[in-house]
Amino acid sequence: MMRLPPFTYLAPRTLHAAATALAEHGADAMPVAGGTDLFPNMKRRQFEPKVLVGLRGIRELTGIRGRGREGMTLGAGTTLSAVAAHPEIVAHYGALATAAGLVSSPQLRNMGTLGGNVCVDTRCNYYNQSHEWRKAIGFCMKKDGDICLVAPGSSRCWAVSSSDTAPVLWSLGARVRLVGASGERVVPLEALYRDDGIQYLTKQPGELVADIVLPPADGWTSAYLKLRRRGSFDFPVLGVAVALRMDGDRVGEARIVLGAVASQPRPAPDAAAALAGERLTPELITRVADLAAGPSKPLDNTDFTHPYRKKMTRVFVARALRALAGLPGGGRAAEEVA
Amino acid sequence: MKSRLSLSVNGEAHDVLVPVHKTLLEVLREDLGLIGTKHGCELGECGTCTVLVDGEPVLSCLALPADLGGREILTVEGMAEGGRLHPLQQAFAELGAAQCGYCTPGILVTAKALLAGRPTPTRQEIKEALAGNLCRCTGYTKILDAVELASLRLDHSGLTSPNVGRRRPGEGAPTANETDHSGLTSPNVGRRRPGEGAPTANPT
Ligand SMILES: Cc1cc2nc3c(=O)[nH]c(=O)nc-3n(C[C@H](O)[C@H](O)[C@H](O)COP(=O)(O)OP(=O)(O)OC[C@H]3O[C@@H](n4cnc5c(N)ncnc54)[C@H](O)[C@@H]3O)c2cc1C
Ligand code: SF4
Ligand code: FES
Ligand code: FES
Repeated sequence: MMRLPPFTYLAPRTLHAAATALAEHGADAMPVAGGTDLFPNMKRRQFEPKVLVGLRGIRELTGIRGRGREGMTLGAGTTLSAVAAHPEIVAHYGALATAAGLVSSPQLRNMGTLGGNVCVDTRCNYYNQSHEWRKAIGFCMKKDGDICLVAPGSSRCWAVSSSDTAPVLWSLGARVRLVGASGERVVPLEALYRDDGIQYLTKQPGELVADIVLPPADGWTSAYLKLRRRGSFDFPVLGVAVALRMDGDRVGEARIVLGAVASQPRPAPDAAAALAGERLTPELITRVADLAAGPSKPLDNTDFTHPYRKKMTRVFVARALRALAGLPGGGRAAEEVA
Repeated sequence: MKSRLSLSVNGEAHDVLVPVHKTLLEVLREDLGLIGTKHGCELGECGTCTVLVDGEPVLSCLALPADLGGREILTVEGMAEGGRLHPLQQAFAELGAAQCGYCTPGILVTAKALLAGRPTPTRQEIKEALAGNLCRCTGYTKILDAVELASLRLDHSGLTSPNVGRRRPGEGAPTANETDHSGLTSPNVGRRRPGEGAPTANPT
């Protein structure tokens, strides 16, 4: 049996009580929501918090409020199943419903939360292994060791940001409300991330994600495509999030954000800029897809070869744009590759 | 840290005194003797430990009993009623939908949750509902057949008729994106090519 290491479990009823408990226990404590990321990691001894602050009993963390027209607020404790099925999200923030509905498996989406998905640990073939496996290979700097086994000369960890919803939320212009023991702040979602496999979040360890705030959907459409080996269970090894606001038959504004190609979601601003003011013709789509592949720099530390994942960035950006333009050849998210 | 918990499993209240870091799977099997729920990967990657909590399929290997006070837990032991197999169990036995049987308890309760919300699911809906349950033996076809057979029998028996057509809002209904890009979310249960996607092929 691979058991959880022992811990003290606190189950506060309010956000304030949770933030206070985290502040009190400092580095010994971690929050846990659905546990679908943290518990497997704890079983592999990647985290051994002495105190766990359970968020499931906190009412104010759950619920979906607002409408597409005026913007929406999603409690961090909302399950991915609820996000994927919410009619207003499906209608106005389609890519978010798609991404939430493509995370792992139905059971995990019933348990896993949006807040946990935004904070999900980065991944690497040398890290997502049992303690024995990692010990046998001599550990790496993300946990228990001091070198990187993917890039041995490197002074940093390159573990991969593997959230399905984070690139989508970024492309939608989402903001995050963070609550700590001494106050709260609202930051753009992109400010939450840092391109480092170990310190991939900029928030203070004691800060909780309380809500995700979506701006009015006004005229925006969005798409998300995910590359993984199997059509269920697997994390993305490439995610492509595209959001567009059309001005008549021309693109008014566009955002393209890539998932699983760096230690944080990675925007493709040049590609997005090339879309502005243009008609979505097949020629333009090809050019934009080439530009979007530029910032895609996957390393050899997930499933599939990294040149293939880079190549697929171009293919997926083109497919997402074709889908949004209503051109043939758009679509198919979970690619199967033999 | 041990805690005293009251868990409602298969309609019965159980008082247990267990370390708080024991998972629901461990408590069911080791403290309550309910070994119908199987212990597979323990990491969320196989679905054999699935139980229903308030009717929803969740993974008992990643659930803490401390979070489940006041919730109703259903395991495979709670499916038969009055000594009679549940129509799903009956159909699985008749059609040979269980070979080694290791995945069966998780699949049965997951399918039960599906039929409770959608008495006559399409084959695609059954595949999607079971996309979180791996089976290494059957190739899935007979599992899908058995769920279909049980659904027909349940539907004709009138047992679930009050629910027919009472699809919950947004639940599993095709999303805008699914309609736009057909096949977007189709899970590949039963469509796996030989040798591909063995559960331990990728470190997850
Ligand atoms: C087999 C398997 C497959 C998976 N596949 C995918 C996949 O395809 N795509 C994907 O994106 N994810 C995947 N996951 C990861 C995980 O299930 C999801 O990311 C899920 O959304 C995590 O949410 P949670 O509530 O369970 O997080 P938890 O495990 O509870 O927490 C995850 C992290 O976030 C922190 N945290 C949680 N909530 C908050 C909060 N409100 N404020 C601050 N910090 C918080 C925790 O401390 C922890 O560090 C998979 C997991 C498994 C086991
Ligand atoms: S990228 Fe390097 S340091 Fe980071 S988890 Fe992988 S092997 Fe370890
Ligand atoms: S044992 Fe729980 S998912 Fe495998
Ligand atoms: S019958 Fe053996 S795993 Fe499914």
